[in-house]
Amino acid sequence: MTDLTLKGLETGRAQVRGGVRMVPLLRRRPVEGLRLHPRLTGGDIAVVGSQRRPRYIGYVPHAYVATWGGEAASAAYGTWLSEVERGAPSGAEAERAAREEAAGAPPRIKLFGLRRQVQRTDRTRLRFLPLHLAMEGYLSLHFGGPDIAWKEWSRTTLRRGLSPREEDSYLGVQVRGLAEALRTFEIVRGQCGVALYVGDELASVVVTPHPEDYRALHPTLVLDMFGEAIYRNATFVAESPHLHAPLRTRGVSDLAGLRAALEEQRASWRDFHDETMLAPLTDADYTLTPVYRMGEFRLDRFLPSFDPARTNHIGEAIVREDGEPGYLKTFVLSNAQTKRGHLLSKLAAAGWHLDATAASLATDRRGLITRMRSAGMEHLLRQDILDRFWAGNPNP
Amino acid sequence: MRDTPDGDTYTDLLDCEDVLRFANAAISGTGQREFRTGAAGQRLTLDFLHDYVRVNFRDLYAASLALDVNDHNAARIVHGLLSDPGEPGAAALDRRTEGALVSQRLAHMPPQRVYRLFRRLAAERVNNRRTRTVIARWISRRRDLAFDAVKYRAGLTAAARHAHLRLPGEVSAFCFSPPHRAGSFATPLLESYREAHYTVEAAYELPLSVGEGFAAKHGVPRKEFLSRARASATGGELLRLDRSLRGHGLEGADLRRVGLTRLCSYVLALPVADREERREELTAALRAAARRIAGGQAGTWGPTAAVLDDSYSSFGSPVKRNRPLAVALACHFVLEELSVRYTPHWVSGRRDALTVRPEGATPLAETIMDALEDGPERLVVVSDGHDDAPPVPAALLDAWRTRVDPDRRTAAVHLNPVMDADEMEPARLAGSVPTVGIRDASALPSLVELARFGEGRSGLAELREHLDRRVAAYIADVDEKRTVQEVR
Repeated sequence: MTDLTLKGLETGRAQVRGGVRMVPLLRRRPVEGLRLHPRLTGGDIAVVGSQRRPRYIGYVPHAYVATWGGEAASAAYGTWLSEVERGAPSGAEAERAAREEAAGAPPRIKLFGLRRQVQRTDRTRLRFLPLHLAMEGYLSLHFGGPDIAWKEWSRTTLRRGLSPREEDSYLGVQVRGLAEALRTFEIVRGQCGVALYVGDELASVVVTPHPEDYRALHPTLVLDMFGEAIYRNATFVAESPHLHAPLRTRGVSDLAGLRAALEEQRASWRDFHDETMLAPLTDADYTLTPVYRMGEFRLDRFLPSFDPARTNHIGEAIVREDGEPGYLKTFVLSNAQTKRGHLLSKLAAAGWHLDATAASLATDRRGLITRMRSAGMEHLLRQDILDRFWAGNPNP
Repeated sequence: MRDTPDGDTYTDLLDCEDVLRFANAAISGTGQREFRTGAAGQRLTLDFLHDYVRVNFRDLYAASLALDVNDHNAARIVHGLLSDPGEPGAAALDRRTEGALVSQRLAHMPPQRVYRLFRRLAAERVNNRRTRTVIARWISRRRDLAFDAVKYRAGLTAAARHAHLRLPGEVSAFCFSPPHRAGSFATPLLESYREAHYTVEAAYELPLSVGEGFAAKHGVPRKEFLSRARASATGGELLRLDRSLRGHGLEGADLRRVGLTRLCSYVLALPVADREERREELTAALRAAARRIAGGQAGTWGPTAAVLDDSYSSFGSPVKRNRPLAVALACHFVLEELSVRYTPHWVSGRRDALTVRPEGATPLAETIMDALEDGPERLVVVSDGHDDAPPVPAALLDAWRTRVDPDRRTAAVHLNPVMDADEMEPARLAGSVPTVGIRDASALPSLVELARFGEGRSGLAELREHLDRRVAAYIADVDEKRTVQEVR
């Protein structure tokens, strides 16, 4: 269990547009030795896994390419322009698409295969799909199902685990007001990230290693995944108020005093944001899973503690050895999603034993089954147990 | 009803605020898409404001033609005055003054806008005696009606038909007879137009926008056409074609005669590298244009500090690209001429005015502090009024006005080039600093004068007085001209 720090990042002033509040995160100097590029994949639908046995099929609007090592280091000084795809598709699938287009093929949904979620495309270049690591980490949580074949679980559960497991997410353009907020957002000099609030709930934190990367990736935020909580918030909330600390001008009689008051006001906003608004993200404990190591950087995905009393964020990060995040992207879980994760964690911790789990949740069997029902997991149980539950049996 | 110390009732103060709101919106709003609101929202707001002020304050509505209301809104005001005769007994200017204001304003408007207004009147069947007189008078004052007949044929035809005019000489035949019956013309321009259908040589004598079509018809290469047609092109057309001219290796537009704000838009459309390369030429042209605006007032202002907004929002919108930034840049050059000691403060912290670009955030409060620390006599803020955290600069300016500078050693004014459709006026910075709309920097000196009414301390009576003075000055020269016209 570790916690998440936004080391090396400073909070800027929030910009509010409708129900969306965007707080820029600034770096004094870029992370050296790492760059991120947007990469349009050239297709509409991605199949992860080999073509014969796809692991899953997803709508993937874009992917990121991380470059590290000497090539990226020179770019970090802003003197070198990368020859990385620059938004234009490249590689075998793009060639095929171009060939088809030249042959006058009718427009169609383009399909392309990715063998893995994270794939090295060159010696110091890594392609990955944003938030897919994090989402997959959440979906595959205790995916295998019970380790011990307790008689209460159905045969399908014992044989195939939790499959199929599904969660909803929404494209950024479907989140009301987000595209407009991104359009009118004024990118600050030195900005390397943004904390995005929808209805004043933290929706996502995005961090990039270099300001140029942020500038390039900013418009792609509308192609990112957002959870159902964000979608719902955006649909129902009113305009976010301008949160600001009052300017303390009592006793001020000259310009120096006024400037001091202004600086105090700005500092108090930064403190408020870092300590209160970002707290749901930074205060929680996370389980980190390293996915890929590239030089002095490590690509991790992290899962929260699934505490139902607070908002939980899943996400992925590229962290340097000294703990400075070069890349970070988070996804907020809705209450229902948190509860599902919480229930699964408790079940796994108790070895999938119903009574033990019920005891750890301070309830009885009926209470546990009720909870599983509301989390949409009742189908994991055997039918006769459910029948007894429906019949009102106190101990099904 | 309680009275203020000046004798104005609170109703008067509110009326004053309404009228100023309209004036500011009519100065900066053009019904086009802005950075934050779409065209529909802008138009809806303008519609409401025009109707409200025309019905309730018809005299002030007409008088606002004498203010620096932009051409779009001036045409709308004229349209409103002509199509709505007004309630009997409502406060209105006497018809002579109103008519003089209308004809004076139309005389200063670009002809294509006037013809568009006439066509709108015709389409809406506004055909009272007054409308016919306005159209007839405007057309009788055109310098070269044959030119108008060629360049604005549809407009002139519609206007003449609508106002029952008999166009003089061959222009009537040109406009109304079918070509085979009209035959050839004695007027050179009309004859060129007829000939241009058959020979390209004649096309070069026509106005550029008309000749262009004939050249394309005859298949003349663009470069050859541009090199010969520049003689007949207007300044505005040349400026618009400048990039095309330079691309073909021809000499670009002459920047010495161009108006300042348009010149600023031109400069901002150039890539930064080009601006660096042509720095001396551009700076000289900008300074000269600013000097023309300042005129006799050059060097009459005390120390002035300006806060100029070059944040990303000053990009405006694709339909009015870089307009807010162009206005800020133009104000920069005008203030440089007006003031004896002038210090610019761009919001981005840039020092060089010529290479500004719309980029970055808006830390207005900090920049205003920087500007105030120069200790100026006058503070001018040119911004769309959207700070990152809007309440902060408002609180800052209020505190400055009440605690640091209560006896008004420094006069402050906020010029806003963008109308906020939701606020129904250009967004304000703070209650203590008056906000005025701006569209063209040439109006800057008179706008700063108008700003004092926005402080909420001078009432309707004073505003009426101010407007009366402006109206009298505005129509003074029209009266002289009228005698000339009547002699002719």
